[in-house]
Amino acid sequence: MQSLSTARVLLIGLAVIGLAAFLPLWASGYILGLLTLAYYFGVFAMAWDLLFGFAGEVNFGPTFLIGVGAYTAGILDNLYQPPIWLCLAAGTLAAVTGGLVLALPALRLRGPYFGLTTLVAVLILQDFIVVDANLTGGEIGLTVPDVISISAAVNYQIALWFMAVSGAVLFALSRSPVGLILQASGQDAVQAGALGFNVTKHKLTAFVISAFFSGLAGSLMVFYLGSASVGTFIDVTVGVQVIIAAVLGGRRTILGAVLGAIFLIAMSEALRPLGDLSNFVVFTMALVVVLLYPNGFFGLLTRSKEDA
Amino acid sequence: MTLFWQILINGFAISSLYALGATGFALIFGVSGVLNLSHGALMVTAVVAAWAAGDSLHVGPVTGAAIGVAIGFAASLLTYFVVVRPLQHTRKIREEEREIFILTATLLWGIMIQQLIAYFYTDNAKTVAPIVQGIMSIAGVSTPSNEVFTAVVCWIVIALLWLLVNRTRAGKAVLAASMNPRGITLLGVELSRVYIAVWAIYGLLVGIAGVLLGMFLGISSYSAGPLTASAFAIVVLGGLGSVPGALIAAYVVGYLETITAYLISPAYRTIPALLLLVAVMYVRPRGLLGRR
Repeated sequence: MQSLSTARVLLIGLAVIGLAAFLPLWASGYILGLLTLAYYFGVFAMAWDLLFGFAGEVNFGPTFLIGVGAYTAGILDNLYQPPIWLCLAAGTLAAVTGGLVLALPALRLRGPYFGLTTLVAVLILQDFIVVDANLTGGEIGLTVPDVISISAAVNYQIALWFMAVSGAVLFALSRSPVGLILQASGQDAVQAGALGFNVTKHKLTAFVISAFFSGLAGSLMVFYLGSASVGTFIDVTVGVQVIIAAVLGGRRTILGAVLGAIFLIAMSEALRPLGDLSNFVVFTMALVVVLLYPNGFFGLLTRSKEDA
Repeated sequence: MTLFWQILINGFAISSLYALGATGFALIFGVSGVLNLSHGALMVTAVVAAWAAGDSLHVGPVTGAAIGVAIGFAASLLTYFVVVRPLQHTRKIREEEREIFILTATLLWGIMIQQLIAYFYTDNAKTVAPIVQGIMSIAGVSTPSNEVFTAVVCWIVIALLWLLVNRTRAGKAVLAASMNPRGITLLGVELSRVYIAVWAIYGLLVGIAGVLLGMFLGISSYSAGPLTASAFAIVVLGGLGSVPGALIAAYVVGYLETITAYLISPAYRTIPALLLLVAVMYVRPRGLLGRR
Protein backbone atom coordinates (compact mmCIF):
# COMPACT_ATOMS: atom_id res chain seq x y z
CA MET A 1 0.00 0.00 0.00
CA GLN A 2 2.63 2.45 1.18
CA SER A 3 4.79 1.60 -1.82
CA LEU A 4 2.11 2.44 -4.39
CA SER A 5 1.97 5.99 -5.65
CA THR A 6 -1.09 8.08 -4.92
CA ALA A 7 -2.02 8.30 -8.58
CA ARG A 8 -1.82 4.54 -9.02
CA VAL A 9 -3.97 3.82 -5.97
CA LEU A 10 -6.57 6.29 -7.23
CA LEU A 11 -6.52 4.61 -10.66
CA ILE A 12 -7.00 1.16 -9.16
CA GLY A 13 -9.75 2.60 -6.99
CA LEU A 14 -11.44 4.13 -10.01
CA ALA A 15 -11.32 0.79 -11.83
CA VAL A 16 -12.94 -0.99 -8.85
CA ILE A 17 -15.59 1.72 -8.57
CA GLY A 18 -16.21 1.48 -12.31
CA LEU A 19 -16.82 -2.24 -11.99
CA ALA A 20 -19.04 -1.71 -8.94
CA ALA A 21 -21.11 0.78 -10.93
CA PHE A 22 -22.30 -2.07 -13.19
CA LEU A 23 -23.52 -4.11 -10.23
CA PRO A 24 -27.17 -2.92 -10.51
CA LEU A 25 -27.38 -4.70 -13.91
CA TRP A 26 -27.52 -8.09 -12.25
CA ALA A 27 -27.59 -7.76 -8.45
CA SER A 28 -30.92 -7.85 -6.61
CA GLY A 29 -32.41 -4.81 -4.89
CA TYR A 30 -31.68 -6.46 -1.58
CA ILE A 31 -27.93 -6.64 -2.20
CA LEU A 32 -27.90 -3.11 -3.59
CA GLY A 33 -29.65 -1.87 -0.44
CA LEU A 34 -27.05 -3.49 1.77
CA LEU A 35 -24.18 -2.10 -0.25
CA THR A 36 -25.75 1.38 -0.24
CA LEU A 37 -25.69 1.32 3.55
CA ALA A 38 -22.18 -0.10 3.55
CA TYR A 39 -20.94 2.72 1.29
CA TYR A 40 -22.33 5.41 3.60
CA PHE A 41 -20.80 3.55 6.50
CA GLY A 42 -17.54 3.46 4.58
CA VAL A 43 -17.56 7.26 4.41
CA PHE A 44 -18.19 7.49 8.16
CA ALA A 45 -15.26 5.15 8.77
CA MET A 46 -12.92 6.95 6.35
CA ALA A 47 -13.71 10.29 7.96
CA TRP A 48 -12.95 8.73 11.33
CA ASP A 49 -9.69 7.24 10.11
CA LEU A 50 -8.46 10.68 9.04
CA LEU A 51 -8.75 11.79 12.67
CA PHE A 52 -7.48 8.66 14.40
CA GLY A 53 -5.06 7.15 11.92
CA PHE A 54 -3.44 10.43 10.98
CA ALA A 55 -4.07 13.03 13.63
CA GLY A 56 -3.84 10.34 16.35
CA GLU A 57 -6.99 11.59 18.04
CA VAL A 58 -9.45 8.92 19.08
CA ASN A 59 -12.90 10.31 18.42
CA PHE A 60 -15.45 8.23 20.32
CA GLY A 61 -18.17 10.46 19.00
CA PRO A 62 -18.26 9.98 15.22
CA THR A 63 -22.00 9.72 15.68
CA PHE A 64 -22.10 13.22 17.13
CA LEU A 65 -21.07 14.63 13.75
CA ILE A 66 -23.18 12.12 11.80
CA GLY A 67 -26.18 12.65 14.05
CA VAL A 68 -26.05 16.45 13.97
CA GLY A 69 -25.93 16.33 10.17
CA ALA A 70 -28.64 13.70 9.83
CA TYR A 71 -31.05 15.27 12.28
CA THR A 72 -30.58 18.82 11.00
CA ALA A 73 -31.35 17.70 7.45
CA GLY A 74 -34.25 15.55 8.60
CA ILE A 75 -35.87 18.14 10.88
CA LEU A 76 -35.55 20.87 8.25
CA ASP A 77 -37.23 18.68 5.66
CA ASN A 78 -39.89 17.63 8.13
CA LEU A 79 -40.80 21.23 9.02
CA TYR A 80 -40.56 23.16 5.75
CA GLN A 81 -39.91 20.70 2.90
CA PRO A 82 -37.31 22.85 1.12
CA PRO A 83 -35.45 21.36 -1.86
CA ILE A 84 -33.45 18.37 -0.75
CA TRP A 85 -30.09 19.88 -1.69
CA LEU A 86 -30.80 22.69 0.77
CA CYS A 87 -31.42 20.15 3.54
CA LEU A 88 -28.16 18.40 2.65
CA ALA A 89 -26.27 21.68 2.73
CA ALA A 90 -27.84 22.63 6.05
CA GLY A 91 -27.03 19.23 7.55
CA THR A 92 -23.42 19.42 6.42
CA LEU A 93 -23.07 22.98 7.66
CA ALA A 94 -24.54 22.00 11.03
CA ALA A 95 -22.13 19.07 11.33
CA VAL A 96 -19.15 21.29 10.53
CA THR A 97 -20.33 23.91 13.03
CA GLY A 98 -20.97 21.22 15.63
CA GLY A 99 -17.54 19.80 14.90
CA LEU A 100 -15.93 23.19 15.44
CA VAL A 101 -17.79 23.79 18.70
CA LEU A 102 -16.75 20.35 19.91
CA ALA A 103 -13.19 20.47 18.62
CA LEU A 104 -12.17 23.90 19.86
CA PRO A 105 -12.27 22.93 23.55
CA ALA A 106 -11.64 19.22 22.98
CA LEU A 107 -8.44 19.61 20.98
CA ARG A 108 -6.81 21.38 23.88
CA LEU A 109 -6.95 17.99 25.57
CA ARG A 110 -4.80 14.98 24.92
CA GLY A 111 -5.56 11.28 24.40
CA PRO A 112 -8.18 9.93 26.76
CA TYR A 113 -9.51 13.37 27.70
CA PHE A 114 -10.26 14.11 24.07
CA GLY A 115 -11.92 10.70 23.70
CA LEU A 116 -14.07 11.36 26.74
CA THR A 117 -15.22 14.78 25.55
CA THR A 118 -16.35 13.33 22.26
CA LEU A 119 -18.13 10.48 24.05
CA VAL A 120 -19.86 12.98 26.32
CA ALA A 121 -20.93 15.01 23.27
CA VAL A 122 -22.75 11.95 21.93
CA LEU A 123 -24.50 11.36 25.25
CA ILE A 124 -25.60 15.01 25.49
CA LEU A 125 -26.90 14.97 21.91
CA GLN A 126 -28.78 11.73 22.60
CA ASP A 127 -30.33 13.20 25.76
CA PHE A 128 -31.51 16.28 23.90
CA ILE A 129 -33.00 14.28 21.06
CA VAL A 130 -34.90 12.04 23.44
CA VAL A 131 -36.12 14.98 25.54
CA ASP A 132 -37.13 17.25 22.62
CA ALA A 133 -39.46 14.61 21.28
CA ASN A 134 -41.92 16.97 19.53
CA LEU A 135 -39.16 18.27 17.26
CA THR A 136 -36.99 15.18 16.84
CA GLY A 137 -39.43 12.32 17.23
CA GLY A 138 -37.68 11.30 20.45
CA GLU A 139 -37.01 7.63 20.96
CA ILE A 140 -39.42 6.59 18.22
CA GLY A 141 -37.54 8.43 15.53
CA LEU A 142 -38.15 11.04 12.89
CA THR A 143 -39.91 10.33 9.62
CA VAL A 144 -38.77 12.40 6.66
CA PRO A 145 -41.43 13.20 4.03
CA ASP A 146 -39.01 13.28 1.07
CA VAL A 147 -36.57 10.75 -0.29
CA ILE A 148 -34.06 11.31 -3.07
CA SER A 149 -35.26 8.35 -5.07
CA ILE A 150 -37.21 5.17 -4.52
CA SER A 151 -35.15 3.26 -7.05
CA ALA A 152 -32.59 0.97 -5.41
CA ALA A 153 -30.28 1.35 -8.39
CA VAL A 154 -30.28 5.17 -8.25
CA ASN A 155 -29.68 5.17 -4.49
CA TYR A 156 -26.89 2.68 -5.01
CA GLN A 157 -25.18 4.86 -7.61
CA ILE A 158 -25.49 7.98 -5.44
CA ALA A 159 -23.91 6.20 -2.48
CA LEU A 160 -21.22 4.61 -4.63
CA TRP A 161 -20.08 7.82 -6.29
CA PHE A 162 -20.38 9.82 -3.12
CA MET A 163 -18.14 7.29 -1.42
CA ALA A 164 -15.74 7.32 -4.39
CA VAL A 165 -15.37 11.10 -4.34
CA SER A 166 -15.06 11.25 -0.53
CA GLY A 167 -12.53 8.42 -0.58
CA ALA A 168 -10.46 10.12 -3.30
CA VAL A 169 -10.44 13.46 -1.47
CA LEU A 170 -9.62 11.94 1.91
CA PHE A 171 -6.99 9.63 0.47
CA ALA A 172 -5.30 12.38 -1.53
CA LEU A 173 -5.36 14.55 1.57
CA SER A 174 -3.76 11.83 3.67
CA ARG A 175 -0.96 11.50 1.11
CA SER A 176 -0.47 15.25 0.83
CA PRO A 177 1.94 17.34 2.96
CA VAL A 178 -1.03 18.11 5.23
CA GLY A 179 -1.45 14.37 5.83
CA LEU A 180 2.22 14.04 6.72
CA ILE A 181 2.02 16.95 9.16
CA LEU A 182 -1.08 15.39 10.72
CA GLN A 183 0.74 12.10 11.09
CA ALA A 184 3.70 13.84 12.68
CA SER A 185 1.42 15.72 15.10
CA GLY A 186 -0.30 12.47 16.01
CA GLN A 187 2.94 10.68 16.78
CA ASP A 188 4.77 13.43 18.60
CA ALA A 189 2.92 16.69 18.95
CA VAL A 190 5.80 18.43 20.75
CA GLN A 191 8.35 17.65 18.05
CA ALA A 192 5.94 18.54 15.26
CA GLY A 193 5.36 21.85 17.00
CA ALA A 194 9.09 22.36 17.41
CA LEU A 195 9.49 21.92 13.65
CA GLY A 196 7.26 24.94 13.24
CA PHE A 197 3.96 23.27 12.36
CA ASN A 198 0.82 24.58 13.96
CA VAL A 199 -0.40 21.29 15.42
CA THR A 200 -3.73 22.57 16.71
CA LYS A 201 -4.59 24.27 13.42
CA HIS A 202 -3.91 21.09 11.46
CA LYS A 203 -5.85 18.90 13.85
CA LEU A 204 -8.72 21.35 13.74
CA THR A 205 -8.66 21.19 9.95
CA ALA A 206 -8.73 17.39 10.10
CA PHE A 207 -11.68 17.55 12.47
CA VAL A 208 -13.61 19.94 10.25
CA ILE A 209 -12.97 17.81 7.16
CA SER A 210 -14.03 14.73 9.09
CA ALA A 211 -17.16 16.58 10.21
CA PHE A 212 -17.92 17.70 6.64
CA PHE A 213 -17.91 14.17 5.23
CA SER A 214 -19.64 12.63 8.25
CA GLY A 215 -22.38 15.26 8.16
CA LEU A 216 -22.95 15.03 4.41
CA ALA A 217 -23.00 11.22 4.55
CA GLY A 218 -25.39 11.34 7.50
CA SER A 219 -27.77 13.73 5.69
CA LEU A 220 -27.69 11.65 2.51
CA MET A 221 -28.41 8.52 4.52
CA VAL A 222 -31.49 10.15 6.09
CA PHE A 223 -32.93 10.74 2.63
CA TYR A 224 -32.08 7.21 1.63
CA LEU A 225 -33.71 5.62 4.68
CA GLY A 226 -36.58 8.11 4.87
CA SER A 227 -36.21 8.25 8.63
CA ALA A 228 -33.78 9.12 11.40
CA SER A 229 -33.59 7.50 14.81
CA VAL A 230 -31.19 7.46 17.72
CA GLY A 231 -30.58 3.77 17.16
CA THR A 232 -29.41 4.19 13.54
CA PHE A 233 -27.47 7.45 13.75
CA ILE A 234 -26.42 8.38 17.27
CA ASP A 235 -26.24 5.47 19.68
CA VAL A 236 -22.75 4.74 21.03
CA THR A 237 -23.00 1.26 19.47
CA VAL A 238 -23.25 2.86 16.01
CA GLY A 239 -20.16 4.93 16.77
CA VAL A 240 -18.32 1.82 17.87
CA GLN A 241 -19.28 0.11 14.61
CA VAL A 242 -17.76 3.00 12.67
CA ILE A 243 -14.59 2.64 14.74
CA ILE A 244 -14.54 -1.13 14.21
CA ALA A 245 -14.93 -0.71 10.45
CA ALA A 246 -11.92 1.61 10.35
CA VAL A 247 -9.78 -0.56 12.63
CA LEU A 248 -10.75 -3.80 10.82
CA GLY A 249 -9.83 -2.28 7.48
CA GLY A 250 -6.56 -1.00 8.82
CA ARG A 251 -5.76 2.29 10.43
CA ARG A 252 -3.91 4.95 8.49
CA THR A 253 -5.06 3.56 5.15
CA ILE A 254 -8.32 5.54 4.64
CA LEU A 255 -9.42 3.16 1.86
CA GLY A 256 -9.22 0.13 4.17
CA ALA A 257 -12.11 1.65 6.11
CA VAL A 258 -14.43 0.97 3.16
CA LEU A 259 -13.43 -2.69 3.15
CA GLY A 260 -14.06 -2.81 6.89
CA ALA A 261 -17.50 -1.23 6.47
CA ILE A 262 -18.56 -3.63 3.69
CA PHE A 263 -17.28 -6.56 5.72
CA LEU A 264 -19.11 -5.37 8.82
CA ILE A 265 -22.47 -4.89 7.06
CA ALA A 266 -22.12 -8.17 5.14
CA MET A 267 -21.21 -10.03 8.35
CA SER A 268 -24.13 -8.74 10.38
CA GLU A 269 -26.44 -9.65 7.49
CA ALA A 270 -24.95 -13.13 7.07
CA LEU A 271 -25.24 -13.76 10.80
CA ARG A 272 -28.84 -12.56 10.94
CA PRO A 273 -30.14 -16.14 11.53
CA LEU A 274 -28.41 -15.98 14.92
CA GLY A 275 -30.86 -13.22 15.90
CA ASP A 276 -29.78 -10.98 18.72
CA LEU A 277 -26.56 -12.92 19.06
CA SER A 278 -25.31 -11.79 15.62
CA ASN A 279 -24.00 -8.46 16.90
CA PHE A 280 -22.19 -10.27 19.67
CA VAL A 281 -20.39 -12.47 17.15
CA VAL A 282 -19.44 -9.45 15.01
CA PHE A 283 -18.05 -7.60 18.04
CA THR A 284 -16.16 -10.70 19.15
CA MET A 285 -14.55 -10.99 15.74
CA ALA A 286 -13.64 -7.32 15.88
CA LEU A 287 -12.04 -7.78 19.31
CA VAL A 288 -10.02 -10.74 18.04
CA VAL A 289 -8.75 -8.64 15.13
CA VAL A 290 -7.85 -5.78 17.48
CA LEU A 291 -6.01 -8.15 19.80
CA LEU A 292 -4.21 -10.29 17.21
CA TYR A 293 -3.98 -8.21 14.03
CA PRO A 294 -4.01 -4.59 15.15
CA ASN A 295 -3.14 -3.42 11.64
CA GLY A 296 -6.33 -4.76 10.07
CA PHE A 297 -6.97 -6.20 6.59
CA PHE A 298 -4.67 -3.79 4.79
CA GLY A 299 -2.08 -4.46 7.47
CA LEU A 300 -2.21 -8.18 6.62
CA LEU A 301 -1.61 -7.43 2.95
CA THR A 302 1.47 -5.35 3.66
CA ARG A 303 2.67 -7.23 6.69
CA SER A 304 6.08 -8.10 5.30
CA LYS A 305 6.88 -4.48 4.50
CA GLU A 306 5.84 -2.73 7.63
CA ASP A 307 6.99 -4.09 10.93
CA ALA A 308 5.04 -1.92 13.32
CA MET B 1 -37.33 22.34 53.91
CA THR B 2 -38.35 18.71 53.55
CA LEU B 3 -37.25 18.90 49.94
CA PHE B 4 -33.84 20.10 51.06
CA TRP B 5 -33.41 17.15 53.41
CA GLN B 6 -34.76 14.78 50.79
CA ILE B 7 -32.19 15.93 48.26
CA LEU B 8 -29.46 15.85 50.88
CA ILE B 9 -30.22 12.27 51.95
CA ASN B 10 -30.99 10.77 48.54
CA GLY B 11 -28.05 12.53 46.97
CA PHE B 12 -25.73 11.23 49.67
CA ALA B 13 -26.65 7.60 49.00
CA ILE B 14 -26.28 7.80 45.23
CA SER B 15 -23.07 9.83 45.55
CA SER B 16 -21.54 7.22 47.86
CA LEU B 17 -22.29 4.58 45.25
CA TYR B 18 -20.69 6.68 42.54
CA ALA B 19 -17.68 7.18 44.79
CA LEU B 20 -17.25 3.44 45.28
CA GLY B 21 -17.62 2.69 41.57
CA ALA B 22 -15.27 5.47 40.51
CA THR B 23 -12.61 4.62 43.12
CA GLY B 24 -11.84 1.32 41.43
CA PHE B 25 -11.77 3.00 38.04
CA ALA B 26 -9.34 5.66 39.34
CA LEU B 27 -7.16 3.02 41.00
CA ILE B 28 -6.69 1.07 37.76
CA PHE B 29 -5.80 4.20 35.87
CA GLY B 30 -3.48 5.48 38.57
CA VAL B 31 -1.51 2.26 38.77
CA SER B 32 -1.47 0.91 35.22
CA GLY B 33 -2.64 3.82 33.08
CA VAL B 34 -5.58 1.77 31.80
CA LEU B 35 -8.94 3.37 31.22
CA ASN B 36 -11.38 0.50 31.39
CA LEU B 37 -14.37 1.34 29.23
CA SER B 38 -16.05 -1.98 30.07
CA HIS B 39 -16.54 -0.66 33.63
CA GLY B 40 -20.31 -0.21 33.32
CA ALA B 41 -20.76 -3.59 31.68
CA LEU B 42 -18.88 -5.24 34.57
CA MET B 43 -21.17 -3.52 37.08
CA VAL B 44 -24.22 -4.68 35.13
CA THR B 45 -22.77 -8.21 35.15
CA ALA B 46 -22.67 -8.15 38.95
CA VAL B 47 -26.25 -6.84 39.12
CA VAL B 48 -27.61 -9.43 36.71
CA ALA B 49 -25.74 -12.25 38.46
CA ALA B 50 -27.18 -11.24 41.83
CA TRP B 51 -30.65 -10.89 40.30
CA ALA B 52 -30.42 -14.23 38.48
CA ALA B 53 -29.25 -15.98 41.66
CA GLY B 54 -32.31 -14.70 43.50
CA ASP B 55 -34.66 -15.32 40.58
CA SER B 56 -33.73 -18.82 39.48
CA LEU B 57 -31.76 -20.31 42.38
CA HIS B 58 -34.10 -18.77 45.00
CA VAL B 59 -31.27 -17.89 47.35
CA GLY B 60 -31.61 -15.26 50.06
CA PRO B 61 -30.61 -11.63 49.48
CA VAL B 62 -27.24 -12.00 51.26
CA THR B 63 -26.21 -15.09 49.26
CA GLY B 64 -27.48 -13.45 46.08
CA ALA B 65 -25.40 -10.36 46.75
CA ALA B 66 -22.34 -12.52 47.46
CA ILE B 67 -22.81 -14.36 44.16
CA GLY B 68 -23.16 -11.03 42.37
CA VAL B 69 -19.93 -9.72 43.89
CA ALA B 70 -18.12 -12.98 43.07
CA ILE B 71 -19.22 -12.90 39.42
CA GLY B 72 -18.31 -9.22 39.10
CA PHE B 73 -14.90 -10.07 40.56
CA ALA B 74 -14.39 -12.97 38.14
CA ALA B 75 -15.50 -10.87 35.16
CA SER B 76 -13.00 -8.14 36.06
CA LEU B 77 -10.09 -10.57 36.26
CA LEU B 78 -11.22 -12.10 32.96
CA THR B 79 -11.19 -8.59 31.44
CA TYR B 80 -7.62 -8.13 32.59
CA PHE B 81 -6.32 -11.46 31.35
CA VAL B 82 -8.22 -11.63 28.05
CA VAL B 83 -8.26 -8.02 26.90
CA VAL B 84 -5.90 -5.72 28.77
CA ARG B 85 -2.85 -7.87 29.44
CA PRO B 86 -2.36 -9.08 25.84
CA LEU B 87 -2.50 -5.48 24.62
CA GLN B 88 -0.02 -4.36 27.27
CA HIS B 89 2.47 -6.97 26.12
CA THR B 90 2.03 -7.13 22.35
CA ARG B 91 4.77 -5.73 20.13
CA LYS B 92 2.48 -5.20 17.17
CA ILE B 93 1.28 -1.88 18.53
CA ARG B 94 3.43 1.18 18.89
CA GLU B 95 3.88 2.53 22.40
CA GLU B 96 2.00 5.78 21.78
CA GLU B 97 -1.00 3.91 20.37
CA ARG B 98 -1.28 1.38 23.17
CA GLU B 99 -3.53 3.51 25.33
CA ILE B 100 -5.96 4.08 22.47
CA PHE B 101 -6.03 0.38 21.62
CA ILE B 102 -6.84 -0.50 25.21
CA LEU B 103 -9.65 2.06 25.15
CA THR B 104 -11.08 0.60 21.95
CA ALA B 105 -10.70 -3.02 23.05
CA THR B 106 -12.32 -2.49 26.46
CA LEU B 107 -15.15 -0.58 24.79
CA LEU B 108 -15.71 -3.54 22.45
CA TRP B 109 -15.49 -5.96 25.35
CA GLY B 110 -18.07 -3.96 27.29
CA ILE B 111 -20.50 -4.03 24.38
CA MET B 112 -19.98 -7.78 24.00
CA ILE B 113 -20.86 -8.34 27.66
CA GLN B 114 -23.85 -6.03 27.30
CA GLN B 115 -25.20 -7.92 24.30
CA LEU B 116 -24.64 -11.28 25.88
CA ILE B 117 -26.62 -10.17 28.93
CA ALA B 118 -29.38 -8.77 26.73
CA TYR B 119 -29.52 -12.06 24.84
CA PHE B 120 -29.76 -14.36 27.83
CA TYR B 121 -31.57 -12.18 30.34
CA THR B 122 -33.39 -9.65 28.04
CA ASP B 123 -32.81 -5.93 28.38
CA ASN B 124 -35.52 -5.40 31.00
CA ALA B 125 -34.48 -3.56 34.12
CA LYS B 126 -33.58 -5.82 37.03
CA THR B 127 -33.68 -5.04 40.72
CA VAL B 128 -31.69 -7.00 43.28
CA ALA B 129 -33.53 -7.99 46.47
CA PRO B 130 -32.27 -5.53 49.13
CA ILE B 131 -30.48 -6.97 52.16
CA VAL B 132 -32.03 -4.39 54.47
CA GLN B 133 -35.71 -3.62 54.14
CA GLY B 134 -38.08 -1.15 55.71
CA ILE B 135 -38.22 2.59 56.07
CA MET B 136 -36.68 4.85 58.65
CA SER B 137 -37.12 8.53 59.37
CA ILE B 138 -34.16 10.88 59.19
CA ALA B 139 -34.76 14.57 59.95
CA GLY B 140 -38.44 14.07 59.19
CA VAL B 141 -37.81 12.47 55.81
CA SER B 142 -38.88 8.87 55.47
CA THR B 143 -35.96 7.10 53.83
CA PRO B 144 -35.65 3.49 52.76
CA SER B 145 -33.23 1.81 55.19
CA ASN B 146 -31.57 0.36 52.12
CA GLU B 147 -30.27 3.82 51.20
CA VAL B 148 -28.62 4.20 54.59
CA PHE B 149 -27.21 0.69 54.32
CA THR B 150 -25.79 1.51 50.87
CA ALA B 151 -24.03 4.64 52.08
CA VAL B 152 -22.62 2.87 55.16
CA VAL B 153 -21.31 -0.12 53.18
CA CYS B 154 -19.74 2.16 50.58
CA TRP B 155 -17.85 4.12 53.20
CA ILE B 156 -16.73 1.00 55.06
CA VAL B 157 -15.34 -0.43 51.82
CA ILE B 158 -13.63 2.84 50.92
CA ALA B 159 -12.11 3.01 54.43
CA LEU B 160 -10.89 -0.59 54.12
CA LEU B 161 -9.35 0.24 50.77
CA TRP B 162 -7.58 3.22 52.32
CA LEU B 163 -6.21 1.00 55.11
CA LEU B 164 -5.12 -1.60 52.58
CA VAL B 165 -3.26 0.90 50.44
CA ASN B 166 -1.65 2.87 53.24
CA ARG B 167 -1.09 0.32 55.96
CA THR B 168 -0.17 -3.00 54.35
CA ARG B 169 2.96 -4.00 52.47
CA ALA B 170 1.07 -5.15 49.38
CA GLY B 171 -0.93 -1.94 49.38
CA LYS B 172 2.22 0.15 49.63
CA ALA B 173 3.59 -1.69 46.61
CA VAL B 174 0.46 -0.68 44.71
CA LEU B 175 0.87 2.91 45.83
CA ALA B 176 4.53 2.89 44.81
CA ALA B 177 3.67 1.41 41.42
CA SER B 178 1.29 4.27 40.79
CA MET B 179 4.07 6.75 41.51
CA ASN B 180 6.91 5.12 39.63
CA PRO B 181 6.45 1.74 37.95
CA ARG B 182 10.08 1.44 36.91
CA GLY B 183 11.35 2.26 40.37
CA ILE B 184 9.33 -0.49 41.95
CA THR B 185 10.62 -3.14 39.53
CA LEU B 186 14.15 -2.10 40.54
CA LEU B 187 13.19 -2.85 44.13
CA GLY B 188 12.39 -6.40 43.11
CA VAL B 189 8.61 -6.21 43.02
CA GLU B 190 7.01 -8.05 40.10
CA LEU B 191 4.97 -5.39 38.33
CA SER B 192 2.53 -7.83 36.77
CA ARG B 193 1.68 -9.13 40.26
CA VAL B 194 0.86 -5.59 41.30
CA TYR B 195 -1.40 -5.27 38.28
CA ILE B 196 -3.19 -8.51 39.11
CA ALA B 197 -3.65 -7.33 42.69
CA VAL B 198 -5.08 -4.02 41.49
CA TRP B 199 -7.49 -5.72 39.13
CA ALA B 200 -8.57 -8.05 41.93
CA ILE B 201 -9.28 -5.08 44.20
CA TYR B 202 -11.05 -3.38 41.31
CA GLY B 203 -13.14 -6.51 40.74
CA LEU B 204 -14.32 -6.51 44.34
CA LEU B 205 -15.16 -2.80 44.22
CA VAL B 206 -17.06 -3.20 40.95
CA GLY B 207 -18.94 -6.21 42.29
CA ILE B 208 -19.95 -4.47 45.51
CA ALA B 209 -20.84 -1.19 43.79
CA GLY B 210 -22.84 -3.06 41.16
CA VAL B 211 -24.85 -5.15 43.59
CA LEU B 212 -25.60 -2.13 45.79
CA LEU B 213 -26.68 -0.16 42.75
CA GLY B 214 -28.97 -3.01 41.76
CA MET B 215 -30.66 -2.83 45.18
CA PHE B 216 -31.10 0.90 44.73
CA LEU B 217 -32.22 1.27 41.11
CA GLY B 218 -33.42 -1.00 38.33
CA ILE B 219 -30.46 -1.83 36.10
CA SER B 220 -30.69 -3.10 32.53
CA SER B 221 -28.06 -3.97 29.96
CA TYR B 222 -28.61 -0.46 28.55
CA SER B 223 -27.19 0.99 31.76
CA ALA B 224 -23.67 -0.17 30.87
CA GLY B 225 -22.83 2.85 28.68
CA PRO B 226 -24.14 5.55 31.03
CA LEU B 227 -22.49 3.83 34.02
CA THR B 228 -19.12 3.84 32.29
CA ALA B 229 -19.65 7.45 31.24
CA SER B 230 -20.51 8.58 34.77
CA ALA B 231 -17.50 6.78 36.28
CA PHE B 232 -15.29 8.22 33.57
CA ALA B 233 -16.78 11.68 34.10
CA ILE B 234 -16.27 11.52 37.85
CA VAL B 235 -12.70 10.36 37.53
CA VAL B 236 -11.81 13.03 34.98
CA LEU B 237 -13.56 15.68 37.03
CA GLY B 238 -11.58 14.65 40.10
CA GLY B 239 -8.34 14.31 38.17
CA LEU B 240 -7.32 11.05 36.51
CA GLY B 241 -5.57 8.74 38.93
CA SER B 242 -6.45 10.72 42.04
CA VAL B 243 -8.65 8.74 44.41
CA PRO B 244 -9.45 11.66 46.76
CA GLY B 245 -10.35 13.74 43.69
CA ALA B 246 -12.67 11.00 42.49
CA LEU B 247 -14.40 10.91 45.90
CA ILE B 248 -15.06 14.65 45.86
CA ALA B 249 -16.17 14.57 42.22
CA ALA B 250 -18.54 11.68 42.95
CA TYR B 251 -20.41 13.87 45.43
CA VAL B 252 -20.44 16.84 43.05
CA VAL B 253 -21.91 14.72 40.25
CA GLY B 254 -24.25 12.77 42.51
CA TYR B 255 -25.74 15.90 44.06
CA LEU B 256 -25.92 17.74 40.76
CA GLU B 257 -27.92 14.86 39.30
CA THR B 258 -30.19 14.60 42.31
CA ILE B 259 -30.87 18.34 42.39
CA THR B 260 -31.67 18.33 38.67
CA ALA B 261 -33.95 15.34 39.01
CA TYR B 262 -35.86 16.91 41.93
CA LEU B 263 -36.02 20.55 40.86
CA ILE B 264 -36.13 20.43 37.05
CA SER B 265 -37.07 17.03 35.65
CA PRO B 266 -35.74 13.47 35.93
CA ALA B 267 -35.45 13.49 32.12
CA TYR B 268 -32.61 16.01 32.34
CA ARG B 269 -30.89 14.16 35.18
CA THR B 270 -27.52 13.52 33.52
CA ILE B 271 -27.18 16.67 31.39
CA PRO B 272 -25.87 19.28 33.91
CA ALA B 273 -23.14 16.92 35.13
CA LEU B 274 -21.99 16.30 31.57
CA LEU B 275 -21.97 20.04 30.81
CA LEU B 276 -20.03 20.69 34.01
CA LEU B 277 -17.52 18.08 32.94
CA VAL B 278 -17.00 19.74 29.56
CA ALA B 279 -16.64 23.12 31.27
CA VAL B 280 -14.09 21.79 33.78
CA MET B 281 -12.07 20.17 31.02
CA TYR B 282 -12.02 23.44 29.15
CA VAL B 283 -10.82 25.47 32.13
CA ARG B 284 -8.75 22.90 33.99
CA PRO B 285 -8.07 19.78 31.90
CA ARG B 286 -6.33 17.88 34.67
CA GLY B 287 -9.38 17.96 36.91
CA LEU B 288 -9.82 19.09 40.49
CA LEU B 289 -6.90 17.23 42.08
CA GLY B 290 -5.16 15.84 39.02
CA ARG B 291 -1.43 15.40 38.91
CA ARG B 292 -0.82 15.59 35.21
